Formats: sequence, C-alpha cells, structure tokens
Amino acid sequence: MRYVIVGNGPAGTAAVEGIREADPKGRITVISDEGVMNYSKPLLSYLLARKLKKNQLTHRPENFYARNGVELLLKKKAVGLETEKKRVVLSDGSSILYDRLLIATGGAPIPLKIPGKKTQGVFTFTRLEEAEELIRYLKDHSVREAVVVGGGLIGLKATEGLLGREISVTLVELADRVLSATFDRRASGIIEEALKKEGCRVFLKNTVGKIVGNRSGGVKEVVLQNQRKIPCQVVIEAVGVLPNVGWLKGTEVRCDRGILVNQFLQTSAEGVFAAGDCCQAPGFFGGPPGVFPIWPSAVRQGKVAGLNMTGGKKEYEGALVMNSVELCGIPTISVGLTDPREGNGYEIVESVNEKKGVYKKLVLRDDRIVGALFVGDIGRAGVYTGLIKDAVKTGDLKGHLLKESFGLIHLPKDYRKHYVIGEGIEV
Amino acid sequence: MAKGKMTPEFKVLRDMEKCVSCQVCHRLCSNDAHLYDPDTGVVTSEDSRCVGCHFCESLCPTGALVIRRNPSEIKLNALWSGRALEDISRQSTTGGVLLTGMGNDRPFPVYFDHLLLNASQVTNPSIDPLREPMELRTYLGGKPDRLEVKEGQKPEEVLKSFLASQIPLETPILFTAMSYGSISLNAVKSLAMAAKEAGTLWNTGEGGLHPDLYPYGPHLVVQVASGRFGVHKEYLEAGAAIEIKIGQGAKPGIGGHLPGEKVTEEISRTRMIPAGTDALSPAPHHDIYSIEDLKQLIYALKEAVRYRKPVGVKIAAVHNVAPIASGIVRAGADFVVIDGLRGGTGAAPRVIRDHVGIPIELAISVVDQRLREEGQRNRASLIAAGGFRNSADVIKAVALGADAVYVGTSALVALGCHVCQKCYTGKCNWGIATQDPYLTKRLNPEIGARRLVNLLRAWSLEIKEMLGGMGINALESLRGNREQLRAVGLAETDMKILGVKPAGEAW
Amino acid sequence: MKKIFIHEEYCMNCRLCEVHCIVQNSKTRNIIKAYKGEYPKPVPRVLVEEQGYLSFALQCRHCEDAPCLEACITGAMRRDPESGAVLADEERCVGCWMCIMVCPFGVISRNVEGKRVISKCNLCQGEEIPVCVKNCPNEAIVFEEEK
Repeated sequence: MRYVIVGNGPAGTAAVEGIREADPKGRITVISDEGVMNYSKPLLSYLLARKLKKNQLTHRPENFYARNGVELLLKKKAVGLETEKKRVVLSDGSSILYDRLLIATGGAPIPLKIPGKKTQGVFTFTRLEEAEELIRYLKDHSVREAVVVGGGLIGLKATEGLLGREISVTLVELADRVLSATFDRRASGIIEEALKKEGCRVFLKNTVGKIVGNRSGGVKEVVLQNQRKIPCQVVIEAVGVLPNVGWLKGTEVRCDRGILVNQFLQTSAEGVFAAGDCCQAPGFFGGPPGVFPIWPSAVRQGKVAGLNMTGGKKEYEGALVMNSVELCGIPTISVGLTDPREGNGYEIVESVNEKKGVYKKLVLRDDRIVGALFVGDIGRAGVYTGLIKDAVKTGDLKGHLLKESFGLIHLPKDYRKHYVIGEGIEV
Repeated sequence: MAKGKMTPEFKVLRDMEKCVSCQVCHRLCSNDAHLYDPDTGVVTSEDSRCVGCHFCESLCPTGALVIRRNPSEIKLNALWSGRALEDISRQSTTGGVLLTGMGNDRPFPVYFDHLLLNASQVTNPSIDPLREPMELRTYLGGKPDRLEVKEGQKPEEVLKSFLASQIPLETPILFTAMSYGSISLNAVKSLAMAAKEAGTLWNTGEGGLHPDLYPYGPHLVVQVASGRFGVHKEYLEAGAAIEIKIGQGAKPGIGGHLPGEKVTEEISRTRMIPAGTDALSPAPHHDIYSIEDLKQLIYALKEAVRYRKPVGVKIAAVHNVAPIASGIVRAGADFVVIDGLRGGTGAAPRVIRDHVGIPIELAISVVDQRLREEGQRNRASLIAAGGFRNSADVIKAVALGADAVYVGTSALVALGCHVCQKCYTGKCNWGIATQDPYLTKRLNPEIGARRLVNLLRAWSLEIKEMLGGMGINALESLRGNREQLRAVGLAETDMKILGVKPAGEAW
Repeated sequence: MKKIFIHEEYCMNCRLCEVHCIVQNSKTRNIIKAYKGEYPKPVPRVLVEEQGYLSFALQCRHCEDAPCLEACITGAMRRDPESGAVLADEERCVGCWMCIMVCPFGVISRNVEGKRVISKCNLCQGEEIPVCVKNCPNEAIVFEEEK
C-alpha cells in the first residue's frame, strides 16, 4: 500500500502516526514545499521575538521520519492531481503515484490587494522562509517602525514579536476590535489596553489603503483608509488565511472554502483524504462543515485520516473552535461560541476582576455551556472544554461555575466516573 | 469571685524551625486546636482545645508537633491531685455529671502485672510452635455433661448425645461489643472484616446491624440489650450467636445514652428509633426482674433461632459476680461474658466508670472456681472482657479460667485511638468514635481490618510461643490451669481468691 | 500500565499529597528547605478538590487518548513508552497553554513564578511509587495496574 501525504505540518505528521499504528509496513511519502525537515508554525512568533532559535522550532524529533519509514521529499510543491491515474503532479514535472492520498496543504495568507504591495519590506508571516526573511530585513535595514495589517491571531503574534525587538508597532484592524473572530468586546478591550501600555498604537475600523515606497525601494509609509499617514519601514500582511486548495481546481476533489470531507475525512475523490487547515470538516455540534484552523484539530484530523487510509473506519468527532494565546503577558483561552448574538436564548455567566485583570465568561444555552472565554486567569480551563464537549447540563451548578474552587467535585458522581475521553476518576 | 480558669490539660509544642505551615494540622483538627493566620502565614495552637488525641502529631510531615501534658503544675499533694481540683472546679461551674469515654484510668491494681507464667525445663520439654502443630482453636457453646458414641457408624452418626451448637474460633480473642452509633460505620466494618479474616467474632453491641454488615453474619455475635435496638427476626438470624446484655464493666448498674444529635438517619434505621431522638438504654431490661425472667428470655431467643445458635449473657463484674454467673448458667445460657472494671465505653459518667465494679482477673477466677465446684463449668463458655493489653494478659486470663477473651480498647488502639477519653464528644479525629462524615472518612476499613488482623495474628503467635514454652500444645490444656501461674507481690487473700500460688512455691 | 486510582470516600483533605509533591519537585527534596529556602516554591502537580466533606486528590490521568499530546505545538508532551505515562518536557515547553485548554481534568497548571511553562504530574519517574500515593495516610489514592 502506497500512502502519499501532501503537506508536512501537524496534520501530515499526525497522519504518519495514524498510518503506522495500523500499518507498520506500507510505503509512506510526505511531500513538503518547504526546505526544513519539520517545524511548528505557531512557534514562528517566538522566533521573531527572539525567544527561540531556528533549531528549536521542531515538534517532532529529528529521527521521526527515519523511525517511521517515511520518505520525505522537501522543496517539492504539488501543483496538480490526476485522480483517475491516482497521481500527484509536482512542480518539477515529476509525478508520484498513490494508493491513498492525504491532502494536508494547510492554509495560505489572503493577499492584500492594494497599491504598493510589491514594495520591499512587505511581508506575510505564515512560513519559516518568510519569517527568516523578515528577521533579516529587520536587522539589515535597522527597522524602527512597523505597521501590522490585521488584528487577528497572526497579526497580534507578529505585533508581539516586533514589540519584543523594540520596534514601534502600529496595528490596523478592519473590525471594531482586535481578535474579533475569537473574543468579545470586553476581552478585546483588555488586550487593546495592554497593547497600548506596551506602546503599540491600535487603529480600529480601519485598514491600509496604500503602501508608499521611498527612493531606494523600501517602505516609507502607509496611508490608511481615512487618509492618515503612518511612517514605517516594514509592513506585515496578516488579514487572514484561506485553505490552500487552488491547485485542486478542476479535479474530482470538491471544495467549498476548503476541501469538503465527511466524518471519515474522505474527500469526494476515491482514496483521497484531507485534514488540517486546508479541509472543511464537520463541526463538533453538527451544523454546516467549517474550516477550523487550529493545531489540535489538525492533529486529530490527521490522525483519524491516517487510520482510515489504512482501511479503518474511525469517525472524526468533529472540530470545536478553540484558541489559546498569550498576548502581552496575559494568557487567554477561548472555546466554542464566545460572542453570541443577543437573544436566541443564550445565557451569560461572567466574573470580572478589573484590579487583577481577570475576565471569565461562560455562554450557556439550554442549560449547557456552549462557549468559554478566559482572560488573565486560565486555570483549569480545560474542565470547561470538557463540559462543552460533553454537553453537561449545569442545573444548580450555575452559581459555582466560575468560582475559584470549581472543579470536577461539583459534577455528578456518575459523570466523574465515565468521562468522554475514556478515563474517569475510577474507584 | 474570680472563678479559676481551667488550665488546659495539654500543651501543643510547635518547633518553629520545623513547621512549614503546610496547614495539615489546622485542616484536620476537629477541635480547632490549630489555627492558620493567612496574613502572617503562621500556624498557631489554642492549647485549651487540645484533647491529646495525637492525630496532628502523627500526620505532621516534619515532626514539628509534640503534645505534652500541660507542665503547669500545682503544689504536690498526695490527696489533692490536679485532677481532683479540676473536677471540683468543673462541677462547680456546670453543675453536671462529668462524662468520659474508654476504660478506668485510675491506679487500681492490675493483677495481670502480678501474675507470671511457667516454662518447661528438663522434665516437661518445650514445644516449638514453628515445627509442631499448636491448637488455639476454641469452641464457644455449652458442652454436655457426657458424650455417648455409637461405634462403627459413619462419622456424622457417631455421636449419640445431643450437642448444642458450637462456634469455632481460630483464636481465643474476639472483638467486644462496640456498637454502630458509639463508633463509626467504617470502624465497625473494620471489625467485621477483621473478624471474618481472622476466624473470630465481633459483637455488634446494642446498635443493631447495619445492612452492609449482614454478609459478615457468620462472624458476628448479635447483642440484645435493654433498649432492644435493632432487634428483629433477621437480626437474630444473621449472627452466629446471640448475647443478652445485662451489664457492662465500664458502667455497671446504669443504662446507656446515645444523644439525639448522634442519631443520624442511618443509625435511626439500624437501631429502629426515630432520627434525632436520644437512644436510651434503661438500666434493667424492663422484662427481666428475676433470674426466672432471664431464663425466659434466653429460651425465647433460643426458640426464635430454633436452638441453632448459642445464646449467652453478658454481665459486669460486681461483688456477687460468682453467684450471679452461676444462676445464669443454670438459666440455660450457652456462654457467660464477664466485663471487668477496666472495660471501655463510648460515654459514661466518670465517677461510675472509675469506682464501680471489680477487676476481671478476680472475677474470672471466682466464677470459674464456683462453676467448677457446682459441677456445671462445662455448661457454658466463659468469656472475659475488660482491659486486655497484650497476649500475656490473654493467656493469663485463660489460665485463670476464661475460654476466650473480648478485646475492645486494644482493637481501637490498633485503629489509631490514643485513648484521649473524649469519645462522648463525637469529635474523634481518628474517625472512630464519631458519625461526622468529615471525620469518619479518615478510617479506611481496608487499612483498619488489615491492622486488626495483624494484631490478632501477632498475639496468636505469641500465645503459641508461650504455650510451647510451657510444654503445652493445645490451649484447652491451659484453661483454668492455675498451676501454670504464680503471683508476685500479692497479698494472701488476693492469691486465695485467684487460686494462684506465690512465686517460688513448687507444685 | 500502572495508574493512580482515587478512592474519594477515604480522602480526608489533609493535602499531604500536595506537600510531598512539592518536596519531590523541589531542588533539595528536603521538606524544610523546599518550603522555607526555595523561591519560587515548586508547584504541586496534584490538586485536592473539596466540597463540604467530600474531597479527593486529582492529578494527570495519563490518558490513553490524551488530548494534551495532540494539542502540544512543540512536541514537549510525549508518551513514555516504558511506563505509559504522559511526560512534559519543561525545557521544550514555550508556555502556549494549549494543553491547559484541552485537558478535561484541568490538571495542568502554569508555573507562573518560575519558568512560565506548564507543570504536570509525571508519575514520579524514577521512583518506585509516586510520592503522593506513598504518603497518603489513608490510602485514598492507590497505584495499581489498570484492569
């Protein structure tokens, strides 16, 4: 059995592990369009912030591929797929045959379409190559000011990294608050305050209209939508990421925003699976399938896809939106629906301690927790994730939920004993 | 008038170099004797609340705590001891009866400490218990006057005479009556489990039988006390034997009282009384006012279990214990339990516990002798109770005439008790004499049973060693065998009553 | 694999398990030095939950299907093949707190005063029996083979 995996991110490596659990002998080939053997994209901001060195970015040990009998092809990009012939066409003209294929090509940044985009000093921040280029540029050109376009997760992590290098940063966000997809107004407010304290300027409900270069070709300034000019030497594009599926146009693999997969992570093409940021998978609570570009989901999808590629029939439980990110020293965790629309039967339970900078919020519907948001104090946050996943009825617990002492002891004894993951507190 | 402040009985010494403020003592003390100040992060102690149970000391991870008797001393006085003064002070304040728990702690003579055992030398060789079989087995129940056998029959048909039911004990040590109510469910579970494992019995006391304990039935003696708590048909059927409790060594002549606060839902169900009401056991059984009444009850119970189980009677050791015991045997009891001066209790007035009754050593001796003189010693087994601290006490009791011995305090000490005598407060830190759920969880019945079994095993091995040393290989041979005992430091009359020769005198 | 099982009916909320976990994870492994001499004091990896008279000690369950293993972005969380335990490499951890987000038992904590990475029970690798189990005075937690 020949397994081919396009993409060497967490979904790809998890798929290798999934395959090897069931099939220790089948041939596995992993195709990566990057030059490094293995690295974790979320760690790029640590590289930028000088907290990690390049050789500390791996998430699997060096011998991972050798130990699992994997042929790793680096610097090869998949540009075409011929499903009738069961082969993947690569950028250098060669093609690879497969019995089972996993597409784990991840996401690509949404490009800014504004004048001056091609000026030197404009970077995206999603690949190691780009991060390294950026770092070199920052050093070579003694950059003192930067503008980050986009106040989402990537934009904020880039901002942090730049602030950590003592570069003055201006953040420009189109929505009325940063992290609009993840946080509610209050939580965003806390982060915006913290950013301001670190000397970062934040422009909301705004975006960059034009990038102006200087005589030597580098960035001189940007002009915002409201015509305001911001001098800078570097611009980071971080307006969003879309699944990397352009290369599948015209093939049998049906895509919406991402590659559509069923509960077994199979695509519409026979023998072809998809996992990670590039796919559009069933959500945990049902509803239309969505793109959930989060590390734990990518890993789980990769693992399940891998198992199913060997002939298994494991169902993927569905993806749950969740994020953990520490910004300006403030830890934050968000799970599920954190900012519901008014009405619609949602109930909010929250606890605010302004002095300590702690904000905790739970969103309930029908007596069950559907969303959790923690800023400043993330202790035992996973317990709530568990309650969300198990759709536990909270009943009279509501008053206790956000207390310091809340724990599994407040839940009914039967629930404690039979946990969804399999391990209860067995007696 | 400045009423004297009562000096705390104990002083908590805390070595501040060793104390790491882990707060274990503060969290656990049910008397709140340790206090944690979150502002300073320091744990201090309120000496007046310490009862000397040593629970904190046992758990302190650095050994920073030492509990001492309060060194604050009054002028030495052979008559007016500190305790005498304190009792008066307390009674002047409260006007009440002073209560206490556990057994008599006054310095009345302990006759066991004046008795010594024999050992074989030359003429009657010793037996090594590790190499030769040693019989500790005891059968509880009345033995017939004679046995008639039919020869040449199948083994089951050999015996012609009627043999009343017998209960085999693998060791002559049983767990005495400690009721569920006076002690926690976990404590009684430990006792029942250990009795089963060690092949002996536990007496339910007057608390009835909790449903969880019915599986241990074959290892239980069910007690029918004056309050008749928990006595119903299944209860009588459940046990291996039935014991009618007339009296108790710790409080002869008076009844018992379990305060309403301690009668929880579970206890209410087990004892068959309404929750929250005081459980009062009257002093006499209100249907027993003569020996004939007792005989009637004994036979009523025998009828109820169709003569399949031995029915016995428990009395306290008082001045006329010999004739009383004689009457009881004549009334048809299969075993007689004598509870001596040192017997323990969950709650009793201190003055009665300390000044009423007689020592078990004397009681057993006179009862055994009297029954032998009357030629009815075989009709009932004799069980001694009250203050057996070690295997030597047990074996001496057997030599003085007991068939078996009931241990109470020793069993509780095995479970952790430090005899602080505050059982009546219901705040036992060791989880023994309490129903408070915060406290009862501290006694893990698995560990408790393990420790009790170890204790019985250790004592049984020691008894075997001592028997072997005397050249005896069956406990039966030592029963009432006063020739194996000698007395030291006892007066002429004591030795006469015990029937024991002074040390130095040969056969 | 051998795991820690909880008997909540015997836990007396003494928290000696927490005390000994702190000592075990201290530099000196001496209780007095660990409490009085070390700063920051090591974080216990076992936590005792209490409500009324109910209490029990909770530490990493070393789940068979551990969500933390999948959530870790640096590969610092890994399974030890011999003991079957889930181990966290504090040197590799960057403090992203993803594992805290997914652990349904909430037994991973942030070592805030120290290295700003996570702290989690590692079944006392190198010891015959985890120190919390060894020092529990009432056998409320036991170390047994999974059935």
